[in-house]
Amino acid sequence: MAKLVTASQFANPDAAYLALVEARRDLSDARAAELDTRLVLILANHVGDLDVLREAIALARDKR
Amino acid sequence: MRKSVYRYDYRRSIDQDAGAVVRRPVVVVGAGPVGLATAIDLALRDVPVVLVDDADRIGEGSRGICWSKRTLEILDRLGVAERLVARGVTWKLGKVFCGDELLFAFDLLPEEGHKMPAFINLQQFYLEKALVDRALELKNIDLRWSNRIAGLDRLNDGARLTIETPDGRYRLDADWLIAADGARSTIRNLLGLDFAGVTFEDKFLIADVHMAAEFPTERRFWFAPTFHSGQSALMHRQPDDIWRVDLQLGPDADPAAEQEPQRVRARLDKVLAPYGYELEWVSIYTFNCRRLDRFVHDRVIFVGDAAHQVSPFGARGANSGIQDAENLAWKLAAVLKGEGSDALIASYDLERIAAADENIGHSTRSTDFMSPHSSAERRLRDAVLALAPEAEFARRMINSGRLSVPMVYDTPLSTPDEVPFAGAAKLGAPLPDAPLTRADGSATHLVENLGGKFELIHVKSGGGANGGTPHVPDDIALTVIGEDFFDQSGMCAQRFDATPGATYLVRPDQHLCARWRHFDAAAVARARQRALQR
Repeated sequence: MAKLVTASQFANPDAAYLALVEARRDLSDARAAELDTRLVLILANHVGDLDVLREAIALARDKR
Repeated sequence: MRKSVYRYDYRRSIDQDAGAVVRRPVVVVGAGPVGLATAIDLALRDVPVVLVDDADRIGEGSRGICWSKRTLEILDRLGVAERLVARGVTWKLGKVFCGDELLFAFDLLPEEGHKMPAFINLQQFYLEKALVDRALELKNIDLRWSNRIAGLDRLNDGARLTIETPDGRYRLDADWLIAADGARSTIRNLLGLDFAGVTFEDKFLIADVHMAAEFPTERRFWFAPTFHSGQSALMHRQPDDIWRVDLQLGPDADPAAEQEPQRVRARLDKVLAPYGYELEWVSIYTFNCRRLDRFVHDRVIFVGDAAHQVSPFGARGANSGIQDAENLAWKLAAVLKGEGSDALIASYDLERIAAADENIGHSTRSTDFMSPHSSAERRLRDAVLALAPEAEFARRMINSGRLSVPMVYDTPLSTPDEVPFAGAAKLGAPLPDAPLTRADGSATHLVENLGGKFELIHVKSGGGANGGTPHVPDDIALTVIGEDFFDQSGMCAQRFDATPGATYLVRPDQHLCARWRHFDAAAVARARQRALQR
């Protein structure tokens, strides 16, 4: 049973995207990769559901 | 390079032969779409206007092509929209591709019951020609071609212009000077105003091509198309079998080399070779997102590209300029007639700067998505594109240009609602359109029946204590739904949350400024005073 929500949940998706862009603006590649890794851990904990996390991993890995 | 499509002769004006410097109430500089719309709107409000332009022609070339629904509603009030819609290509569908794969489609006007379409595509010179024709019909407009601004002195209560013509210079004073002279505004330079903002480094190639292809009439945008690797591409249909192709070239492209016809053909052949196209127009552009700090500088007021600039993705340039024109025209006319205070002019600054900031924000975000600033930003963008086929949230983040919609003004001109209203109508926004029936059974629409005055729209309440027709002063036009027009489809009631007795006060620019569940003459009078900032 799929629990991962892929429907858009942001009232303003452009603003959410902008926040993610601005977080990495002016960062080197290595710094940006660190940022993203920390973000993954923070958001995974916020989700707090191992089934959802595994589904998200599968969706992300499925992409070439 | 720019071919002339329509030529206009210079004619000596009486102001050049007057002994003293002549003073005019309003001089508009720049006879492009925005200057023409401003002049026509003012003239229709009984304000005499001198409109000067340094050219003697309407030129061809790849400029604005997408005209939005709100712009068409404004042009309808000015008397030219029906001929433009008939001439233009109507569209409302957009499609976004990644590579050759369709990611999603969007519909810009999914509901029925609007007179004007979401967009038409039409070469800018057709729009300018229609506006010039209209201006020439109006006695209040004195249109002067080959009149170039050579100097500007600010007066305590106006501006003094020095104007260069084929037979010499003359001077002209204006109580109010409207600068509609475009992105390289002479007036802005003469006042020494800073025009700061962000310049984007990416270069884009525009090619207008003639071909008899039966692609669908929709806006098509590609990220990383196979025919133009690694960059974006945009295609739009125009009338006369002309297609606009817009290709991202990146920051390092050499503008001179890229404009060589062989080079352009090599790019276009990859996608258009089967259609036997001809090149009509090629140009390379970069763009800026910027605006003046203030649009109102005492008696000098900036409109359109002279005041603000955005990227072309989103059709927010010329459309927002025409919306500047409509916002300013009724206010300036009211001030000249002594009906509105100077604070009304200040509200032009407030409302249109907010609109410019909204447009610049959208334009900047679109550009950031198309042209990531670093490899880290590019990875994020590419991740969104990669997830898009499976995940709706990612599709919603894809930004190929958010197309122009009218600004909802948060403005002191609005009277706050005392009771809640549902529906699409919003305070500070242009009225939503709705289909109506006249007493004789013929079909019409709401917005086309709103003239240039304050309008009171009242929903007949069907007898009882509040059932009478409202009495309104002469300076407010009254429309009664259920008497003048009938809402057979129910769309008007739905879009306005219109219960019997509901009453709406509409600004002369068709924006809603107050509404009530029942008519109250004193409340209407107060709301009108407020909308005039008295």
